Amino acid sequence: MSPFSGAVHQAAEAAPVVMPASGVFSLTWLLVALPLAGAMVLLLAGRRSNAWGHWVGVLASTASFVVAVMLFFGLLGQSTGARTQKQHLFDWIAVGKFNVPFDLRLDQLSMTFVLLITGVGTLIHIYSVGYMSHDRERRRFFAYLNLFVAAMLLLVLADNYLLLYVGWEGVGLASYLLIGFWFFKETAAVASKKAFIANRVGDVGLSLAIMLMFFTFGSVTFDGVLTDPSRASSSSLTWIGLALLLAACGKSAQFPLQSWLLDAMEGPTPVSALIHAATMVTAGVYLIVRSGAIFNATPTAQTAVIVVGAITLLMGAVIGSAKDDIKKALAGSTMSQIGYMILAAGLGPVGYAFAIFHLVVHGFFKADMFLGAGSVMHGMNDQVNMRRFGALRAVMVATWITFGAGYLAILGIPPFAGFYSKDKIIEAAFSHNTLTGLVTLVGAGVTAFYMTRLFAMTFHGEKRWADDAHPHESPMIMIAPIAVLALLSAVGGLVLNYNNALVDWLTPVTGFEEPSLSVASWVVPVTALVLVLLGAALGWLLYDGRPVPQVAPAGNLLTRAARADLYGDAVNEAVLMRPGQYLTRWLVWFDNRVVDGVVNGTAATIGGLSGRARRLQTGFVRSYALSMLGGAALVALALVLVRL
Amino acid sequence: MTNSLWLPALLAVPLLGALAVMVVPSSREKLAKQLGLAVSLMVFALTIAMALKFSAASGADFQFAYSLSWIPQFGVHFALGVDGIALVLVALSTSLVPVVLLAGWHDADDARGSVRGYVSLILVLEAAMIGVFAATDVFLFYVFFEAMLVPVYFLIGRYGGARRNYAAVKFLLYSLFGGLLMLASLIGLYVVSGDLTGTGTFDFTSLAALVIDPNTQKWLFAGFFIAFAIKAPLVPFHTWLPDAAAESTPGTAVLLVGVLDKVGTFGMLRYCLELFPDASRWATPLVIVLAVVSILYGALLAIGQTDIKRLIAYTSVSHFGFITLGVFVMTSQGQSGSALYMVNHGFSTAALFLIGGFLISRRGSRLIADFGGVQKVAPILAGTFLIAGMSALALPGLSSFVSEFLVLVGTFQRYPWVGVVATLGIVLAALYVLLMYQRTMTGPTPDIVEEKVHDLGGREVLAVAPLIVVMLVLGFYPKPVLDVVNPAVDRVMHAVSATDPTSQVAPVAEGTQK
Repeated sequence: MSPFSGAVHQAAEAAPVVMPASGVFSLTWLLVALPLAGAMVLLLAGRRSNAWGHWVGVLASTASFVVAVMLFFGLLGQSTGARTQKQHLFDWIAVGKFNVPFDLRLDQLSMTFVLLITGVGTLIHIYSVGYMSHDRERRRFFAYLNLFVAAMLLLVLADNYLLLYVGWEGVGLASYLLIGFWFFKETAAVASKKAFIANRVGDVGLSLAIMLMFFTFGSVTFDGVLTDPSRASSSSLTWIGLALLLAACGKSAQFPLQSWLLDAMEGPTPVSALIHAATMVTAGVYLIVRSGAIFNATPTAQTAVIVVGAITLLMGAVIGSAKDDIKKALAGSTMSQIGYMILAAGLGPVGYAFAIFHLVVHGFFKADMFLGAGSVMHGMNDQVNMRRFGALRAVMVATWITFGAGYLAILGIPPFAGFYSKDKIIEAAFSHNTLTGLVTLVGAGVTAFYMTRLFAMTFHGEKRWADDAHPHESPMIMIAPIAVLALLSAVGGLVLNYNNALVDWLTPVTGFEEPSLSVASWVVPVTALVLVLLGAALGWLLYDGRPVPQVAPAGNLLTRAARADLYGDAVNEAVLMRPGQYLTRWLVWFDNRVVDGVVNGTAATIGGLSGRARRLQTGFVRSYALSMLGGAALVALALVLVRL
Repeated sequence: MTNSLWLPALLAVPLLGALAVMVVPSSREKLAKQLGLAVSLMVFALTIAMALKFSAASGADFQFAYSLSWIPQFGVHFALGVDGIALVLVALSTSLVPVVLLAGWHDADDARGSVRGYVSLILVLEAAMIGVFAATDVFLFYVFFEAMLVPVYFLIGRYGGARRNYAAVKFLLYSLFGGLLMLASLIGLYVVSGDLTGTGTFDFTSLAALVIDPNTQKWLFAGFFIAFAIKAPLVPFHTWLPDAAAESTPGTAVLLVGVLDKVGTFGMLRYCLELFPDASRWATPLVIVLAVVSILYGALLAIGQTDIKRLIAYTSVSHFGFITLGVFVMTSQGQSGSALYMVNHGFSTAALFLIGGFLISRRGSRLIADFGGVQKVAPILAGTFLIAGMSALALPGLSSFVSEFLVLVGTFQRYPWVGVVATLGIVLAALYVLLMYQRTMTGPTPDIVEEKVHDLGGREVLAVAPLIVVMLVLGFYPKPVLDVVNPAVDRVMHAVSATDPTSQVAPVAEGTQK
């Protein structure tokens, strides 16, 4: 047992020593630089690199992963209290007291993310070599993927909030480029724009949070802001917390900024797996956990975080239950699962480590399932409608088995990965209050239902294939990465939970508290398991036990609402988009007719300037020169008069 | 005091170059262009050489000072010198001129005016721009301020689009009106200086040292400020800009919006604040309201535009709102941010106008609705346009982010709620950029676009590549600009007796191991 596993929440207060990076840690910058270099090469070389560009992309990502593993072992070699390594690269912005260095911070939290991003990222790069092999612009795809990895690594490695912001919008840009990768499709172009705008609304939150931090603490670095934040007034802390939450809502598709994520499925499926499931969308969770010291000091903001997480958790689950598009069903699930993480992060030290735990294993099993969905689409002529799938387990055995591992993991069936994190989040939620606990519990049941529905509609039941569909298993280059992720989904949770490894590893950064429950320790896991089994049973009954109609039945009120993303878009359109369009149209009229009209009218009125203007318009140099001369004479005259 | 010849040389080279271009036979158009480009590159090289000799730590108000008595009767000197802010703006001007000449290589080919006339007008304008930033005599500043109008008037009126005459005259009358107000204040200032010291002067440093009665200051301030607010332009003095920018050639629009308009915000920072500190503080609430209105109003109007060039012009109205805001919040972050913003906005607007211009000239239309799916047929054009757009919306990692964030953080320290409202501008910026990009570059490609729009050629790439490089380099390493700008901002802050607010709690000591 590590020295931190007892009553250790003090660990967060006794801040770990910050070590200037030396030795192997002086390689930290390479993590970001390698994929960035890959992206630059691919973008600058252009079409010339079409033949080999994808391998450059894979190489860059792999190299970054290798560096990450080296750094990980480096950190393991340090004593527990000396695992915060800071690499100072250069002074970035310095004006007055606003001093922002370009520093990277490698600690247990960022290391965990770095391994997830480069590990899962590299697997998805490899998968994409196969998945995108028929696309003329595969090279451009890999350029954007590399750009994404670089930005995401900068996001988690930044040692201050402003540098984090660079990564934060960098991943937003990569996401924009990748959602709109097939830009010639109107829907893809609109979806990518929508994602960027929704993220920008969130970024207003991040901007304001950073300004508030400087206003309050005179600093925007992690050490400057997070060292004993309770020095500041509680209202400042609450505003900072709420602003950070707004940022998290944008990036992590949480209510009320959730609607972009479903549309983001317009992007190629590897993008959905990497960016819109495993990594980028979890950045909001990172932000809140990283800023834990702030949230610990502001219960109001914490409550807001919990409420947002709870709402999104249920919304996502409901949406996921009604979608027939396999990717959109998975996207609803992602919203919901991130809702769990956000909720856990809102619980404070009792939840931080498990929010991250769930984030990591969700990265495994959701990437696994998205890539599996991609594999199915690959074999089914890019069909995404699950009502035209069915019985695929016979023809796509590997995809079926690997997807199955992800399915069991997200349900939280022991010993699959989700079991270890989701149960702990439910426990922590109950230790907060019963209502929060019940929400997470219900969510677990609904999750089991919609995932079973998805799994059964795709792989079990009757064939409902389109006439021209000849499903076949995907090539090895796609199946191998999925297999690795499936393995991680199966045993990853067990390994990370062994001897409390991940939680103890994170505790020096996040702090930790045992949840205090008023019931016996077996009650929560058993209740959760029973609910999950009930949800799954219902799913099997409805979607495997009965034939699935090829055309969706009308459905009840809730189903129809869920199909319409619970009217998120309708609300946005009615409240923001249409009034905005009227406003801009009216303003254009106002500017042309009123503001400019006054100007032109004044000019016309004052001494018939318009007549003179017309004469000027004849363009004679002489008349212009004459008027200049007149002006000069006026100046001279004025000066002389003043002298007198 | 020894006279430094750097700045007179910087003025003389483009003027002599303009003369040389004018004597090129009118049939040798290419030679005129080549000569113009060579001269502009020489001026740029001179600027770089001079900038390398600039010392951020010198402590002097102005470096490379040159002074020659011009009209002794009125104490007017031909006096030049630069502080850090003027230096970076001179560098902005001289770096954009070769870019503009190269990018607009064929812009004057079929115009009403001659090619050599076009090239020499641009060189004359370059000299005037250098002069206006480098003048340390307020009268000389006024002369350059007015002199800039002449080449621009002809550049719009002889080389512009269909409604060029309307636009040129509107620009001229508007500017002359502002200039007249400034002239009145200028004379008033001269009289006041005579009253206070016995001999009237136009020397900036002497004038800045005067302690002028606050009421008088208000009148003098108003004359200068309105002239600058028209030039910048701030809402509601902005309506000349969309017309002028839309009817100009792209190159003229770059110099007009990217550099010339900066004289307005530069003037506010240098002349309004330092000469009339009491009046500046008095006017601050009003100016801040105008600035915030400009940010939001300009952005909303940009969203509503159907014409690419007018859209870009309105984005600039929004950006000038940010710059003015940073100047008047009286914090070092706000003012250094504004100074850096002036530089960054120059480069990013240049990229937008030039690449937008490439697009427009290919299709023969400025209307957004006439485009679509350009990315398919012209990926480099689309890609560079997107980068320029990202710079306009201040994407972190690009230089405009550093300056915009400095302005916002500087504003927030002084007026948190103003900071909050101004921050909403970043969402509107994303909307106007991405809507335009979506409508022009993505979706299905219409046949006429497929037929007419081809990708950028070597010359065009060569013209815009430096702009993108600067955006990236200054985004990650703005230090070279901030280091020279900061001392000048300290001087301005001192002049208006402003100090940065302190944070709510004392910052923790950093960089030490605990």
